[in-house]
Amino acid sequence: MFRYVFRRLVSAVPTLLIIVTIAFFMMRVAPGGPFDQERNLPPEIEANVLKAYGLDKPLVEQYLDYVGGLLRGDFGPSFEFRDFTVRDLIFGGFPASLQIGSMALLLAIIFGVAFGAFAALRQNSRVDYAVMTLAMTGIAIPNFVMAPILTLILGVYLSLLPVAGWGDGAWVNKILPVVALALPQVAYISRLTRGSMVEVLNSNYIRTARAKGLRERIVVGRHALKGAMLPVVSYLGPAAAAVVTGSVVIETIFEVPGIGRYFVLGALNRDYPLVMGTVIFYAMLIIALNLVVDLIYAWLDPKVRLE
Amino acid sequence: MVGLPGTGDALAGVAEIEGRSLWQDALARLLRNRAAVVAMIVLSIVGALAILAPFLSPHPFDEIYWDRIQAPPDFANGHWFGTDGNGRDMFVRTLYGARVSLMVGLLATGVSLLIGVTWGATAGYFGGRVDNFMMRFVDIMYSLPFMFFVILLMVMFGRHIWLIFIALGAVEWLTMARIVRGQTLSIKRKEFIEAAHASGIGSFKIIFRHVIPNVLGPVIVYMTLTVPQVILTESFLSFLGLGVQEPLTSWGVLISEGARVIETAPWMLIFPATFLAVTLFCFNFLGDGLRDALDPKDR
Repeated sequence: MFRYVFRRLVSAVPTLLIIVTIAFFMMRVAPGGPFDQERNLPPEIEANVLKAYGLDKPLVEQYLDYVGGLLRGDFGPSFEFRDFTVRDLIFGGFPASLQIGSMALLLAIIFGVAFGAFAALRQNSRVDYAVMTLAMTGIAIPNFVMAPILTLILGVYLSLLPVAGWGDGAWVNKILPVVALALPQVAYISRLTRGSMVEVLNSNYIRTARAKGLRERIVVGRHALKGAMLPVVSYLGPAAAAVVTGSVVIETIFEVPGIGRYFVLGALNRDYPLVMGTVIFYAMLIIALNLVVDLIYAWLDPKVRLE
Repeated sequence: MVGLPGTGDALAGVAEIEGRSLWQDALARLLRNRAAVVAMIVLSIVGALAILAPFLSPHPFDEIYWDRIQAPPDFANGHWFGTDGNGRDMFVRTLYGARVSLMVGLLATGVSLLIGVTWGATAGYFGGRVDNFMMRFVDIMYSLPFMFFVILLMVMFGRHIWLIFIALGAVEWLTMARIVRGQTLSIKRKEFIEAAHASGIGSFKIIFRHVIPNVLGPVIVYMTLTVPQVILTESFLSFLGLGVQEPLTSWGVLISEGARVIETAPWMLIFPATFLAVTLFCFNFLGDGLRDALDPKDR
C-alpha cells in the first residue's frame, strides 16, 4: 500500500507542474498588468516597481524563479495586500477554511447517508417521496441562493444567529456557513445512498441474511449499509472538490477569513500571485483528498486491489 | 421542446399501423412521466418568456426610474417584480437574465457536446494507443480544479460573454467524452459496423454516420443534465462579479445584487432566485425522465 501511495504522489507531480505552467503563462499572456490602475507613474518609478517584483526579467527566467520559489514553499509577494506574502495569507486563512469545509463534509455524510438509507427502507412511501423531493430542491437551489435565504430567516427574522462575520471563531458564527455549504452535498449524498441502498436491499446476500433470521437492525446496519456506502465513498472526491469550490462563495457571503475569500479578492483586484497561489494550493488539496478517498475505497471494497 | 407533446399524439395514431421505432417507444415512455412533462411545459414557458421579454413589459430593461429606486412590487405602474437599486424594472431584468442564462447554458452545452462526442467517439473507435493517449489526457484534465481555471481565465482576459461560453464548454466536455467512449467501445464490434467497414467506408464517416447516431441516447440524457450545471456555473461566476457585465444581466448577477439588500428589498432576491431554482429543477426532472425513457434497462 505504501508503494501505491508513493506512486500516486509521484504521479501528482506532473499534474501540478501542468497546473503551475498553465496558470503562470495565462497570467503573463493576459492583457493588462496588476499596476495598471495606479495613476501614471514616472517611467523610472515604474521600472523600479517592476524590478522589485522581478517583472523586468525575461519570461522564462521569471517562470523558473517562480517554480523554484514554489519548491521552497515560497508563493511570492501579494500585490494587493502589501507587506504580506501569499504564503502568509494562505496559511493564515487555512484554519478557518479547513474548519468550515471539514465540518460541512462531515455533516453532509452523516445526514446524507441517514436520509438516503431512511428513504430506501421505506421505498415508494410518502416519506421516501418527501425526502427525495427535498433532496432535489437541495440540488436545484445553489448555495449562493440558500445562504442569503438562511441568513434572512434565521439571522434577520428570528435573530437566532449572527448574520455574518467570524467573531474570532465563535461556534455560533460557524453554523450558517457550514449549513449552507453542506446542504447541496447532503442532497447529493442522500440521493446516491438511496439509489444504492435500494439495489443492495434487493440483492441475494441480504436475502440470505434475512433468511438466517438476523434482526432487521443488523441486516441493515451491518450488511446493507456497508455495501451501499461504496458509491458514496467514491463520490467523496468530487464532494470534497465541490465543498472547496463552494467555500469560495460561502466565505465571501459570510465574511469568513479563509482562503476562498482571498481567492475572490485576489481575482477581483488582479492580484496574480495570490490567485495563482490559491489555485495551486487548492489543486494540491484536491489531489490529496482524492488519494485519501481511493485508499478508503480500497479498504472498504476488497475486490479493489491497489496496484 | 415546445412541439413534443403534439407530435406524441400524432405518433400514437401512427403506431397502430406501422409498429414503433425505439425512439417512438422512448417518447411514449417520456410522455407518461408526469414530472418530465410538467418540466418540459415549465421550461417552454420560461423559454418563451425569455424570448418575448421586450414585448411583455412596458419598461425597457436598462431604463432608470429615478423616482422609484428599490420600489416593492406594484401592479399599478407595471413593476410586477419591483425595481432594483438603480430604479430599473426587475420583471424585465429577470427575463433578460433568463435570456443570458439560458443562452449560456445551451451554447456552452453545445460546445461541450461537439468536443466531447467527437473526442470520445474517436478514442473509442480507434482504441489502442490512440484511445490510451486521448483518455489519459481526459484523466489529467479531470484532476485539475477547473472551476478555478475558469475564474483565472475570466480574471485575466476580461469578462466577455463569448469567453464564458467557450470556457464553460471546454470544462464540461470531459464527462461527455467518457460516456461516449464507453458506448462506442460496446458498439464498434457490432455487425453493422463491420458491414460498413467491409463496404469500404472511411473511419471518420463510420464514426459520424454509424457510431454517433447510435450513442445518442445517453448523450441526450447527459446533455439535459449539463445545461443546468452550466447555468449554475455561470450564475456562480456572475455572483462573484466575474460573469456578464452591465447593463446586461444574468440570474447570477441579479441574485448577488439581491443578496446584498435582502433585508430591505427581498423581492430583488426572491424573483431571480425562484426563476433559477425552478429552471434547474425542471432540467433535472427532465433529465431523470429522459434517462428512464431512453434506458429501459435501468428501470
